[in-house]
Amino acid sequence: MTVDSTAARKPRRGGSKRAGAKTAAAAGAPELVQLLTPEGERVEHPDYSIDLTAEELRGLYRDMVLTRRFDAEATTLQRQGELGLWASLLGQEAAQIGSGRATRPDDYVFPTYREHGVAWCRGVDPTNLLGMFRGVNNGGWDPNENNFHLYTIVIGSQALHATGYAMGITKDGADSAVIAYFGDGASSQGDVAEAFTFAAVYNAPVVFFCQNNQWAISEPTEKQTRVPLYQRAQGYGFPGVRVDGNDVLACLAVTKAALDRARTGQGPMLIEAFTYRMGAHTTSDDPTRYRRDEERELWEAKDPIARLRAYLEREGHADEAFFAALETESDELAKHVRDRVRTMPDPDDMAIFDNIYADGHALVDEERAQFAAYQASFAEESH
Amino acid sequence: MTAQKLSIVKAINASLRTALENDPKVLVMGEDVGKLGGVFRVTDGLQKDFGEDRVIDTPLAESGIVGTAIGLALRGYRPVVEIQFDGFVFPAYDQIVTQLAKMHARALGKIKLPVVIRIPYGGAIGAVEHHSESPETLFAHVAGLKVVSPSNASDAYWMLQQAIQSDDPVIYFEPKRRYHDKSELDTEAIPAPLHAARVARPGTDLTLAAYGPMVKTCLEAAAAAEEEGKSLEVLDLRSMSPVDFDAIQASVERTRRLVVVHEAPVFLGTGAEIAARITERCFYHLEAPVLRVGGYHAPYPPSRLEDEYLPGLDRVLDAVDRALAY
Ligand SMILES: Cc1ncc(C[n+]2csc(CCOP(=O)(O)OP(=O)(O)O)c2C)c(N)n1
Repeated sequence: MTVDSTAARKPRRGGSKRAGAKTAAAAGAPELVQLLTPEGERVEHPDYSIDLTAEELRGLYRDMVLTRRFDAEATTLQRQGELGLWASLLGQEAAQIGSGRATRPDDYVFPTYREHGVAWCRGVDPTNLLGMFRGVNNGGWDPNENNFHLYTIVIGSQALHATGYAMGITKDGADSAVIAYFGDGASSQGDVAEAFTFAAVYNAPVVFFCQNNQWAISEPTEKQTRVPLYQRAQGYGFPGVRVDGNDVLACLAVTKAALDRARTGQGPMLIEAFTYRMGAHTTSDDPTRYRRDEERELWEAKDPIARLRAYLEREGHADEAFFAALETESDELAKHVRDRVRTMPDPDDMAIFDNIYADGHALVDEERAQFAAYQASFAEESH
Repeated sequence: MTAQKLSIVKAINASLRTALENDPKVLVMGEDVGKLGGVFRVTDGLQKDFGEDRVIDTPLAESGIVGTAIGLALRGYRPVVEIQFDGFVFPAYDQIVTQLAKMHARALGKIKLPVVIRIPYGGAIGAVEHHSESPETLFAHVAGLKVVSPSNASDAYWMLQQAIQSDDPVIYFEPKRRYHDKSELDTEAIPAPLHAARVARPGTDLTLAAYGPMVKTCLEAAAAAEEEGKSLEVLDLRSMSPVDFDAIQASVERTRRLVVVHEAPVFLGTGAEIAARITERCFYHLEAPVLRVGGYHAPYPPSRLEDEYLPGLDRVLDAVDRALAY
């Protein structure tokens, strides 16, 4: 469903006293594209359909389980002092796996700092995601290897990079598409508004994928917008749609459709994946200061993994052996991650001066030499 | 509250509380400053006591935060804006540099822009990128802005009071790695002027000039040097725009040697300006060139390298040795 068919409706969130009852009101909202209910029942949608084999369904389930396990392991590693910080995606697995699996290898992905599930879909080694959080690098992978750009911490910036990249695709006459991720909080940034403008004006093949996990650290979505976020697209001249972000099938179907639109020259689209951040904003955050436990409990009942499992079991698409094997695979992944991180070497001191310029720079050379001489002076003293 | 020992975080919190109590036009604005009390808890409890109209959780848009603060100031308010981390001020940089700094002059001095922008800055907290930067030079370079940084609880409290009372825009840099250091705060005291440097430790052989987080490092260096029989004076500059060149000159005329220390890159930094001016003013007093210790012409490194990147005791003492060797 695009904005055109819903524009006349009254906003369901914000702008009224009912804003307080946001989660209940929004989750049942008819404009939410859903293909799998929280109980794990398949439902149809007039505009978005999907037909997957049992194997494909199991694949999505596997992706979500492994991503969650990786994420949990990273949180543990932070607690054990192996990482300085971690931004957990707990609860957002369906939004990320659904949208990530909708991309083609030649598409380009511009993530924020929480897209661990999308990175997984793109084939990025999950341990590469940890370097920045451990403090051994400021990026950690070659973006062109998997067409998965570096994590962007300054919120909203990447929406513009994605749009520019998409403009380049059009100039090249290629049929790839771009997907840019950002949060509901980031949607307030000027950069995001400017990205919408450019994308619309140049009909760029870019899909804006906003994971509305309802919180920007301590600020609820009401502090960013008084209308549902997906409706913003209309003002820029492209369609917006709200999808159940805890429904991996709906996220896959809607993102595939949006990317296909973009590929075929029909321009940008905004997808608002309505989901929930089950954990803290990052390991530095204390959500008990600003939100109630009951809210999380409400959303646990909509858990994206549990609902797909219920569906798989109901339809007989997966047996006990599958779930048991996946459990073993999860344990192995966690162990691999743990071992890799603990042995991840600290960078060499001289790395401070590496890769600052592609062409080199006299001042950097001078300071590098001074630094080396200074470090060496300690080595001499200790002889 | 009179004299007591407080952390810098608590001192800033107390200062904001005093300002909100004393002047109904004072507003606190920023991301997460309400219920959460800011990511560093600097604004803890303020929204509870002064309400959402005075302690305002803003949308996540720094340009919006500063831009609307300008409008509020034009309407007679005194907004105190929080930028969550140093690296996130840049979306607001346009508003600060092209608008906030210049409006007073453009309006023939007829309008005032009493906006305070609080920015936690500097490294050594083990953070990911954009959370450890020292962009003070970029602001000090812009005419129309005043730029200050406290190094202890008393200055944190008083300098913020003065910044809020100032009719000029003030960029107030908070040394985040020192947030939890405690020191004496007397809320009845008569504070020094906002832009006056302060002798933090008297000495005779050489002057270490620093501000914000590096003041403590320099005091530690001076204590270590004392054991080797060297007497170092530590000057807390407190203000990067304007700089109290008279105080630096007076100190250098006593000690005849100057080392300027800051975390920000040395190249075109505050230390460069001080070195140039003090060389002009004190050419015949100086026994050694003015030396600088600071950051490299490199992006702030990943946290596992920040100890190597940041000026520590050894780098300061190395510069002291070099200056004394002339
Ligand atoms: C320009 C900028 N300002 C502030 C921050 C600090 N910050 C990091 S994440 C965050 C909240 C982002 O919320 P949202 O966009 O909803 O994404 P989420 O983290 O919930 O996925 C804030 C304020 C930042 N990273 N960049």
